Amino acid sequence: MEWLIALVIGVLTAAGVYLTLRARTFPVVLGLTLLAYAVNVFLFAMGRLTIGQPAVINPAATGYSDPLPQALVLTAIVIAFGMTAFLIVLALKAQGELGNDHVDGLDHATDELPLEINNIEKVKNNKSLDFNSQEANQ
Amino acid sequence: MHLAAWPVFLPLIASFIVLFAKAKGLLWQRVINLLAISGLILLSIGLIIESSSGVHQVYLLGNWPAPFGIVLVLDQLSALMVAITSVLALAALAYAIATGTDKTGAHFHVMFLIFIFGLNGAFLTGDLFNLFVFFEVLLLASYGLLLHGGGRRRTKAGLHYVIINMVGATLFLFAVGTLYGILGTLNIADMAAKVAVLPQQDAAIVAAAGLLLLVVFCIKAAIFPLYLWLPIAYSNTAAAVAALFAIMTKVGLYAIIRVHGTVFSESAGSLANYYMPWLLGLGLLTLILAAFGVMAVTNLRQQVAYLVLASVATLLIAIGLNNLSGLSAGLYYIIHSTLIAGGFFLLADIISRGRGSFDDRFERSFAMPGAILIGSMFMFGAIAMIGMPPLSGFFGKVLILDASLEHQWVGLIIAVVLVAGFIMMVTMARTGMLLFYHVLPADEADNKPTDNDVTRTSPNRISIVAVISLFAVSPLLVIFAQPITTFTESAAAQQYDSKRYIESVLSKQPVKSGKE
Repeated sequence: MEWLIALVIGVLTAAGVYLTLRARTFPVVLGLTLLAYAVNVFLFAMGRLTIGQPAVINPAATGYSDPLPQALVLTAIVIAFGMTAFLIVLALKAQGELGNDHVDGLDHATDELPLEINNIEKVKNNKSLDFNSQEANQ
Repeated sequence: MHLAAWPVFLPLIASFIVLFAKAKGLLWQRVINLLAISGLILLSIGLIIESSSGVHQVYLLGNWPAPFGIVLVLDQLSALMVAITSVLALAALAYAIATGTDKTGAHFHVMFLIFIFGLNGAFLTGDLFNLFVFFEVLLLASYGLLLHGGGRRRTKAGLHYVIINMVGATLFLFAVGTLYGILGTLNIADMAAKVAVLPQQDAAIVAAAGLLLLVVFCIKAAIFPLYLWLPIAYSNTAAAVAALFAIMTKVGLYAIIRVHGTVFSESAGSLANYYMPWLLGLGLLTLILAAFGVMAVTNLRQQVAYLVLASVATLLIAIGLNNLSGLSAGLYYIIHSTLIAGGFFLLADIISRGRGSFDDRFERSFAMPGAILIGSMFMFGAIAMIGMPPLSGFFGKVLILDASLEHQWVGLIIAVVLVAGFIMMVTMARTGMLLFYHVLPADEADNKPTDNDVTRTSPNRISIVAVISLFAVSPLLVIFAQPITTFTESAAAQQYDSKRYIESVLSKQPVKSGKE
């Protein structure tokens, strides 16, 4: 059972890291979710793997499984769940406001002008109100 | 004795009240929040007096004895951090109210208080997993505060900030899990006791987990190579929020001092202080890069953010010296750098409001209203921030360099700190000249219309008072340097004496109920 759990954690982590390094927000959200799954399984396994053992005191029990990691995992799941929900909303907001789902917002997130004006300006002359190009000019 | 628990619960209770006071209007929320933060300042004075006896005050949550339940531990270090937080919070709150930041979105005051709740909890807890939970609480509140008011740049900066902190949370859990798997405990004192008698074959894995934990704290503290989120996040948020965030990097440093300093202290056998060279090396690297950042940026807010980074790096060097006078000097520098950086963020906002559509970009603009007062404040703050005499930044750096004399890297440390200081001094002089002397002639100001409808506004009185009261800490730190350094020395000595920390946490008996 140990090797299976180890393999699951490894694959989840590898996939999570890969997706987190993507440039679009949705794969990043998925990647963080996979990382959260991996860490939850990992935390659970840190209480040592036992089968059919009670976590609370029971006179008939021959042994116990460690209850603390179970409590930790419960907390970690709730926190990761809340954070992921927040991140999804933020990613949607970014999509709406920046006009694309790139994690760096490409070069549209440069000023508070509407996107159309910004693009026309850019076509007109390369010295746009773009923050990055301004940085380069100076 | 519930004193150690109050700084955690007061902001939490107040945040609930503020949430329900929303129905009564913004004025009620403001008054309750101000009352809560003022109460916190009084409370933190009580905490400092209580802790200065040098005894660890241990509070057992739910009356469970130490390694089994969660404990709150009050010592001089945590009392100091709570005190800095509450002073900074009051100034940031005053500025937010004065400039109407809290009107630009819902629930500013609620998130503000939850943020303080998370901070105080992180400063007082004696349990590693509980530290994780408080980190998440303060981070979630900080996401809300960072995005408060909206705007595209803020959304973009917030996305980066949220993602890197979620990765940090995952790493934190991996580190906590590994440590629990080997040591079988998460209570910091109990972990330190277990590490001291660790079998040799487990040492490597605990060392790896400890360094993983260091990476997490370095994300929070914004240390090379994990600092790139900080200038973007801090320069794009509201000024009052940025000022409040000046304490957030210090939470990472505090966690390094508390967790690593206790668990991997002198008595940790083969793992004693094994992480120290990392701190010193990364601190030196970060300081150089921060100085280059200060020189390279094109607007004032980012410049201040890089100055914050430089102060964090200096602090990391002080901790990495691994001696008592180094830590004591670092604690003195924490008080100075947190409060001055907070004040400087507020000042940068006053300046950019005064320049209208030029905002805080480094371009020639028209003279701002009230330029003499603001310019004087800028000069004062810049001198304090870069560590020129006669203000507290200079004394902090002298103390740190003095402590480094015994270290084997002394030449490198002094060279880096002084060269970085010089670069920052030249750059801040250039910034000051551009903002206040090298202005466009006044007669053009009447003729030439500004390119959009942003008007130049002179600051109101409360916001000036907020900045001045934070800057006033700097001369006070110099005038009262003797009692303050006595306090930081005894706080550092208490932190270094990890045996007594372990003993007082683990020997704390639960309160007997009256009925038995």
